[in-house]
Amino acid sequence: MAELRNRNFLSSATADTVTFEQIDELVEWVKRIHGFDFSGYSRASLKRRVTRIMDLHNLTLFDLKSLLVNDYAFFEEFIIEITVNVTEMFRDPGFYRAVREKVLPYLASFQRIKVWNAGCSTGQELYSFAILLAKENLYKRSFLYGTDINTRVLDLAKKGIYDLKLMKHYSENYLESGASGSLSDFYTAQYDAASINHSLKKNTLFSVHNLVSDGVFNEFQLISCRNVLIYFNVELQQKVISLFYNSLCPFGFLCLGSKESLRDSELSRRFKVIDKAENIYQKIE
Amino acid sequence: MIKRKIFIKKLNNLNKDIEKRVREAKVLLLGCSAGGFGLVYDLVLGLPEDFPLPVIVIIHRSKKYRSSMEELLDSKSRISVKLAEDKEQIKKGFVYFAPPDYHLLLEPEGFFTLDTSEPVMYCRPSIDVTFQSVADVYQENVIALLFSGANADGADGLAYIQAKKGLVGVQNPEAAEVRTMPDAAIGRCQVDMILSNSEIFSFIGSIATVLNSVKDGKD
Ligand SMILES: C[S@@+](CC[C@H](N)C(=O)[O-])C[C@H]1O[C@@H](n2cnc3c(N)ncnc32)[C@H](O)[C@@H]1O
Repeated sequence: MAELRNRNFLSSATADTVTFEQIDELVEWVKRIHGFDFSGYSRASLKRRVTRIMDLHNLTLFDLKSLLVNDYAFFEEFIIEITVNVTEMFRDPGFYRAVREKVLPYLASFQRIKVWNAGCSTGQELYSFAILLAKENLYKRSFLYGTDINTRVLDLAKKGIYDLKLMKHYSENYLESGASGSLSDFYTAQYDAASINHSLKKNTLFSVHNLVSDGVFNEFQLISCRNVLIYFNVELQQKVISLFYNSLCPFGFLCLGSKESLRDSELSRRFKVIDKAENIYQKIE
Repeated sequence: MIKRKIFIKKLNNLNKDIEKRVREAKVLLLGCSAGGFGLVYDLVLGLPEDFPLPVIVIIHRSKKYRSSMEELLDSKSRISVKLAEDKEQIKKGFVYFAPPDYHLLLEPEGFFTLDTSEPVMYCRPSIDVTFQSVADVYQENVIALLFSGANADGADGLAYIQAKKGLVGVQNPEAAEVRTMPDAAIGRCQVDMILSNSEIFSFIGSIATVLNSVKDGKD
């Protein structure tokens, strides 16, 4: 979650608790019982997260499996814990600078600007885009869809209320991205909470969409999916990129995370590189 | 305070047990923080082109000023030095640095994953996280060294590697610019080696000698 939860790995810090084979079994188990397929996810990350859940609740693998069968609330908790939800506003300021300078001028030529933020977590990335669009007077004809598999983060995204302490760091990011004015123009502070302005929430919709199993649901001028693909293996990454390709209008933009690229796939030839360092692409055919 | 003293006197003459474990190693891990960058820099600079193990370096540095340590090292050293990329296959002949602001994990198939999860003890990359993840893949065939630093990151990682029977060493706290990190590791596990700076250089040199002789012997 956005609130950095610094839980320590006490018991597991110095000893191995689950093997990769057991992780695979667990993934198979979850798929059979709940229909969620994590088999294309990074096993190294899953192992870390499962270890963390077992520690947190003091569970053996056996306990974990039986809870997953018998306790739906626990299953939801499990989904939240095994996916990484950490996010920031204006994370990687250079990225937002590139979007403003290289993408927005082009986006302005579209009559309607539909943005899909896939894997939006608690909403910080989506609201960063909303601010960029608002600053260029494009928000009025924009609509932003935020999707994630995790319903709890989506509820927080809809609220758009963040810990005021985080805003200091977000504001630094904001300034570093080269934006004029101040981030505080876009939220109101109340006690220790910062609430995103209602005007930025008007043209937004947050809903559940699973990149592994759900398909195209609209046509977009821009898709931003950052720091999600790193948790997927190469095959799943390719599958998701083709979903994005099919969801983009001609000359629509695809934004990936700073460490995520299109690689040398068949599809990469159908994109033009707009910013190599920031992994921004445009669909050209 | 420090009771163990398994110093390596003559490294062309490694302790038998350590030599055996060096022979079986598949990866070398280096971790440091404040006060350790210079040492890591010089160590990497000294590595031969055919160093027999892939090397992974975790250092704590701010993402604010994009440090170009690996670019500089790559242009100056004989071995290839780079930032680890997501889903890149680990190979010998390379020194991989963890990119600032990401944890670096290793997949069982031998490729890297970058991870944006919570900092651990305020650190991302965290030495503990990478050391544990690499040990999960290579089990006992890991050599890990921890140098100067101002916090306790790496101590759990070394203990984890040791629990899997990997080989772990620290810079002698007396020789470290900031001794917190090696001290913490010594407090957390029975490190196999406590090395002076020159011993660190000769130990790494002996890794090359031992493993390359194994290879030559086979051919
Ligand atoms: C590390 S966060 C990235 C948040 C934000 N995009 C950013 O870069 O700051 C990853 C998000 O991807 C979501 N996610 C993981 N698997 C997903 C899937 N199969 N479909 C949709 N979202 C997924 C997680 O729930 C989490 O919120």
